[in-house]
Amino acid sequence: MSRTIDAVVSPTQTNTIPADISGQMLDLDEDDDLEVFSKDLTLADGNMFNASMPTSPGSMVNQCKFEEDEESDSKDIFITVDNPESHVTAIETFITYRVLTKTTRSEFDNSEYEVRRRYQDFLWLKGKLEDAHSTLIVHPLPEKFVVKGMVERFNGDFIETRRKALHKFLNRIADHPILSCSEDFKVFLSAQAWELTTYKKQGPGFLSRMGETVRAVANSVRGVKNRPEEFTAIQEYVEDFSNKIGSLDKVTQRIVKEQKEYLEELKEYGPTYTLWSGSEEELAEQLKGVAGCIERCCKETEEQVGHLSDTLVPVLHEYVLCAETLKAVLRRRDNIQAEFEAKNEALATKKVDRDAESSDLGFVWGSLLGKNPEEARHQRQERLDGEIEELKEEIDKLEDRVEWANNALKGDWGRWQRSMRGDLKSAFLSTAEKNVDYYEKCLAVWETFLLSQRTEPSEETDRDNTP
Amino acid sequence: MLTNNFFSLEISVAEAEKRTGKNTVNMQEIYTVYLIETRPVDALTEGITPDSLWRRYSEFELLRNYLLVTYPFVVVAPLPEKRAEIVWHKLSADNMDPDFVERRRVGLENFLHRVASHPVLCNDNIFNIFLTEVNWKEMVYETGFQAKADSRLKAVNAAFRVKNPDGRFTELKHYSDELQTVLSQLLRVRARVADRLYGVYKVHGNYGRVFSEWSAIEKEMGDGLQSAGHHMDAYAASVDDILEEEEHYADQLKEYLFYTDALRAVCRKHELTQFELEMVALDLACKKQQKEELVTGTVRTFSLKGMTSKLFGQETAEQREAKLQVLEQQLKEGEEAVKEKNTESDEFVKTAWVDIERFKDQKDRDLKEALISYAVMQISMCKKGIQVWTNAKECFNKM
Repeated sequence: MSRTIDAVVSPTQTNTIPADISGQMLDLDEDDDLEVFSKDLTLADGNMFNASMPTSPGSMVNQCKFEEDEESDSKDIFITVDNPESHVTAIETFITYRVLTKTTRSEFDNSEYEVRRRYQDFLWLKGKLEDAHSTLIVHPLPEKFVVKGMVERFNGDFIETRRKALHKFLNRIADHPILSCSEDFKVFLSAQAWELTTYKKQGPGFLSRMGETVRAVANSVRGVKNRPEEFTAIQEYVEDFSNKIGSLDKVTQRIVKEQKEYLEELKEYGPTYTLWSGSEEELAEQLKGVAGCIERCCKETEEQVGHLSDTLVPVLHEYVLCAETLKAVLRRRDNIQAEFEAKNEALATKKVDRDAESSDLGFVWGSLLGKNPEEARHQRQERLDGEIEELKEEIDKLEDRVEWANNALKGDWGRWQRSMRGDLKSAFLSTAEKNVDYYEKCLAVWETFLLSQRTEPSEETDRDNTP
Repeated sequence: MLTNNFFSLEISVAEAEKRTGKNTVNMQEIYTVYLIETRPVDALTEGITPDSLWRRYSEFELLRNYLLVTYPFVVVAPLPEKRAEIVWHKLSADNMDPDFVERRRVGLENFLHRVASHPVLCNDNIFNIFLTEVNWKEMVYETGFQAKADSRLKAVNAAFRVKNPDGRFTELKHYSDELQTVLSQLLRVRARVADRLYGVYKVHGNYGRVFSEWSAIEKEMGDGLQSAGHHMDAYAASVDDILEEEEHYADQLKEYLFYTDALRAVCRKHELTQFELEMVALDLACKKQQKEELVTGTVRTFSLKGMTSKLFGQETAEQREAKLQVLEQQLKEGEEAVKEKNTESDEFVKTAWVDIERFKDQKDRDLKEALISYAVMQISMCKKGIQVWTNAKECFNKM
């Protein structure tokens, strides 16, 4: 889907990420602000950053429109995550990553930002996005730590894998029509470290979040009663998908393991032929040739395993995490609906209460306190009417909320499925291509050897019938 | 089937069968017998049914032992393994396993072909009888070859004490030790590599299963996934043929691993012969010296007789004369013995070295061919891999 945004988009934008897009900033006045490293970003005042609140559907649609075909040449924000660095303080050691943003969007004051962020900051951003858009599908973050394999947090491979996943995370958000407009996202990309800390402290406090959680738990215990068929279908799909992708993840990791063990043995195999050639005269050349072939195949095998680990394994793992995200999204949608249903039931009960002819206890109390029974009943009616009106208002809001949540999810669901297909297809394609390449290279190695053997006719002696 | 210039019969070990019977300690046992079919070479085109008889592995062993003893200067071809020793996990080490039996059948046929194409061995009467007469055992025992066998102890003793073996044989012994070490190692590593390769291929079979299950819940990706899954299954299954072919290569290497024993046997025989020559020559030298002492009256070597004669008086002239006579006779015999042993040794060295050269040529040819066929196998494996993954790529494209 392409988005049209109120901001100006340069008409000369191309598909490739421009190395320096300052040349395309035709419409901006402040050329002085076009620095490559905008460390001097000054903020007008704290009012620029509004506390993140769930925005009504209406205002969201004004900002971003959905269209059917997504053209990548409308991409107007480019983010890279790189350059991990270790920081040591008295309390802890942690890694920060450089987040580099280049954009033409008008809501950003500058066209380039460079900030450093740590994993916690990414977690914060994810949390904020999920709070604000509980039924949108936010791409997963890499895990906090890898339990199995006992990978050290500061191990090179681990950091690189994490960096790539963080890069993908931010880019997925940037591609998302709704999420990329988020204020929190903007702050994340552009604020300096201390600014971010200040910003983080705003927003709903701990207690209100607790309240939310309690409500959510209560709702989930109650359960949703009339879930629309399509969401049940999605839930079933997600269950199955989760199983399948989990299996694929395991199978692929097993393949990597087996391949590595094969490589280990292969590394011993070649040298044995070399050893043998030392004892032979006529056969020495040939034996060395075979040893050489095996060694070259070793290198190809090493490359192939590396490719598998770098390309297929991370993608499958990502989608294992995605499946969990989807389950959570569906749960949240259910909870929103459950809350709505609960309030409806409360309304019905209240109505029954109000319409009841006699209210035993209230009547008795009223008469004990010396009240006129008619008056007491009238007061009660008024009170209940008031409560009913309040409830009706709340229910209206909740109904809107349910509708918004359902639509958001439906829209995002199609989007997610397309990305999933795209990602997995490309990962498997790449793997298949690499495997073809691997076998082609090994084939060439052995064919060269064979050719060298066949062009030595001096070795071919006339044979009498030999066994 | 083999035909060759030296041998008039075409030989094949056509089948293997299980039999039950009582063994030497009267216990029930199951054993395998092999069908040997023979046919005159010129009967090829006439469709004459071959003669055949059944032989057990132990009978082959007996034949080979006979050949070893009777032709100690020949590098006698080895038999296939009695028990499966260097195997990778899929192959069972069970002697009754049909794959093992089949490979043994091929090995036995190969053994017979080796013997039939050997310029010396092919003419051996017992060999011919082995191929054609059911009751050959009587005849082989009648040759009394078992009595002629050199005792192991004698051979080991000679190996330690021989002074001047032919340098070529010493070199050959070292070579056969080296070859044995390196081929054992090679076969072991190859088996481990095969094991690992098997694992890699077979795990891909799981892709087949999961893709198939996954395709059931997908609309657009379903077809692509399903067919990709089939290719993964094909990939996993392809490893069985690949490794079976490689077993054949391993068997070729194994034959030469076992050949090293035959090489060492020839070297041992040379050492023994040389040692015996040296002993006889030493004995002769001793006797010469004794004669000299007797003639000149000087005692250069200590002997009890010498001492006693000193103590108890000299011998009489007649006694000395008698002794001299004996010595002369012994000297003559000794010289004969030395001449004989020399001839024997020379003859042995000559004929053995001819056969060793023949063996070397055969080995170089065979192993060169084996290495080429190994390369061909690798190429075939790579081609299969290219095909499968290209097909899978097509399917992924359709996802």
